[in-house]
Amino acid sequence: MAGPFNWLAQILSIAVFNLRTLPQRVGSSLTAIFGIAGVVAVMVGVLSIAQGIMRTMERSASPENVVVLRSGANSEMMSILMGDDVRFVSEAPGVAREDGDALASPELYVIIDRVKKGSGTDANVPLRGITPPALEVHKDFRILEGRMFEWGLNEVVVGVGARGEFEGLEVGDVIEVARENWPVVGVFDANGGIAEAEIWVDAAVLQPAYQRGNSFQSVYARLESPDAFQAFKDALTSDPRLNVKAMREADYYAEQSGTLYTLITTLGTLIAVIMGLGAVFGALNTMYTAVASRAREIATLRALGFHSGPVVVSVLLESVLLALLGGVIGALLAWWAFDGFSAATLNWSSFSQLTFAFDVSFALLVNGIVFALIIGLVGGLFPALRAARMPIANALREQ
Amino acid sequence: MNETVEDGAVSGLVAVRGVDKVFKRGSEEIHVLGGLDLDIPEGEFLALMGPSGSGKSTLLNLIGGLDRPSQGTIEVADERIDNLSNRKLAAWRARHIGLVFQFYNLMPVLSARRNVELPLLLTHLSRSERRKRAEIALDIVGLSHRMSHFPRTLSGGEQQRVGIARAIVTDPTLLLCDEPTGDLDRTSSGEILDLLQALNREQGKTIVMVTHDMHAAERASRTLFLDKGRLSLEPSV
Repeated sequence: MAGPFNWLAQILSIAVFNLRTLPQRVGSSLTAIFGIAGVVAVMVGVLSIAQGIMRTMERSASPENVVVLRSGANSEMMSILMGDDVRFVSEAPGVAREDGDALASPELYVIIDRVKKGSGTDANVPLRGITPPALEVHKDFRILEGRMFEWGLNEVVVGVGARGEFEGLEVGDVIEVARENWPVVGVFDANGGIAEAEIWVDAAVLQPAYQRGNSFQSVYARLESPDAFQAFKDALTSDPRLNVKAMREADYYAEQSGTLYTLITTLGTLIAVIMGLGAVFGALNTMYTAVASRAREIATLRALGFHSGPVVVSVLLESVLLALLGGVIGALLAWWAFDGFSAATLNWSSFSQLTFAFDVSFALLVNGIVFALIIGLVGGLFPALRAARMPIANALREQ
Repeated sequence: MNETVEDGAVSGLVAVRGVDKVFKRGSEEIHVLGGLDLDIPEGEFLALMGPSGSGKSTLLNLIGGLDRPSQGTIEVADERIDNLSNRKLAAWRARHIGLVFQFYNLMPVLSARRNVELPLLLTHLSRSERRKRAEIALDIVGLSHRMSHFPRTLSGGEQQRVGIARAIVTDPTLLLCDEPTGDLDRTSSGEILDLLQALNREQGKTIVMVTHDMHAAERASRTLFLDKGRLSLEPSV
């Protein structure tokens, strides 16, 4: 036991000297700390976009809900379902019913132009035509302000995300759709889900406005239970009258956000790695400076009999401690600056705007701090080895 | 001419045999010591003199296990140190060597007592025992009233006393002093040399001191001169 104890005592002693000399190197230490903090803040910030999008998609999905599209369509934009298709879907086994009516909502999905508040540029905003069962299928739908539109009238309700991101979507405003005026009569939320980026109208008035006849693009249906999905799906895919595909809502949204999520995560990781390399050099510089400024002290300790191992570990400890400080500052900065920040971006699957809130989750903060520690370890390793390998006799003469 | 035979000293605490030391600077080889033999009996106070670059400090570093010879053997207290691993050599230094440096080499962030305690961190002594021994060592060098002072608040002479206290606190086999008065005024130098002499005479410490100062060398029981890598009893003309 004496050996390891002795070794730990040496590490502790040298680490304490190192830390006590930090005030003498406050400039380079702060540079390293804030360099690493910047890297972590950017990394967490960018990844919180992907996290926020994923979370928006997760919140949109209900385990009992399914989406039915035309077979081969990857999104509602590319899908078309005729009135008969809708009827056959509604009659499929497993669809929940209320007072004898199927909880299946055929929906129309078109894109309109609105001006983004931040940039002043035009952006695609989804306009969704719904039918009365939609209010039972999309259980999170809730009017926040104003009222629900009247069925059969040219009125719209606006998702809270869309109102925040685009101009002219306040209650009382009037938007022009298909050369007709549509007053905004209410604002709704959907538990932070994707629907909050949309504008909803009565499908029955949207169909003639866009000359869609009795066609829709999707059917959202509520099943009796999540377990009913397979039977429902099998019934649809084996029905020769139908050419459709059925997906759980969660799978559909995951697929919809997949491209964007992968793009942002890859980009965020790439940025973090590039910036991280810069921070590693910053840490290297700081620790080389630290080792150089204490060359004689380190050599003296080794001359007195302290081993090289504890010298390496103690220098690494200092580097990791600086990185930890930087990591925590960066993580807190990211959390303070980004968490809950609302934004909109293009959903590559639907070519429409998706509003979401940056989500700086605990896991993301931990990842950011772990990344900082890796920077600290890599940045401290070579200076630590240098400290341990310096010829004692030469280093003792350093001024 | 090497010292061992001519001086008639018997083999003792330190035995240096056929030691060469070659430094490399790029492709150039600098021979600092060549075939050097030296014996230092226990209890001796040996002064090593010589011009700059003569290899005095190199020899001291070799005896103290801070460097390794290019060739030859070095034994201290019947233990060959030139072939020890780095780890064993570090442990050996902690056990057997007390070092006194020209520029004191104290840790500026530690008090005098903490500086003296440093080598004891490598032992298994309890905290209170370490503290007690450090206080005794500081008392021996006459600094018991300055224990909690930091190096920057001490004079050069006082800092060197702390350095000596640190060197003797582990009761080492050998005390190696590299220009211990080189950075001090005459009065402080005298005090430090008094102290080293007292440690040698009253406590039987074996001391090897490198110095440029003839007055300092006069305090030693024997003086050897090193020039061009060779030892002699007289300075070269």
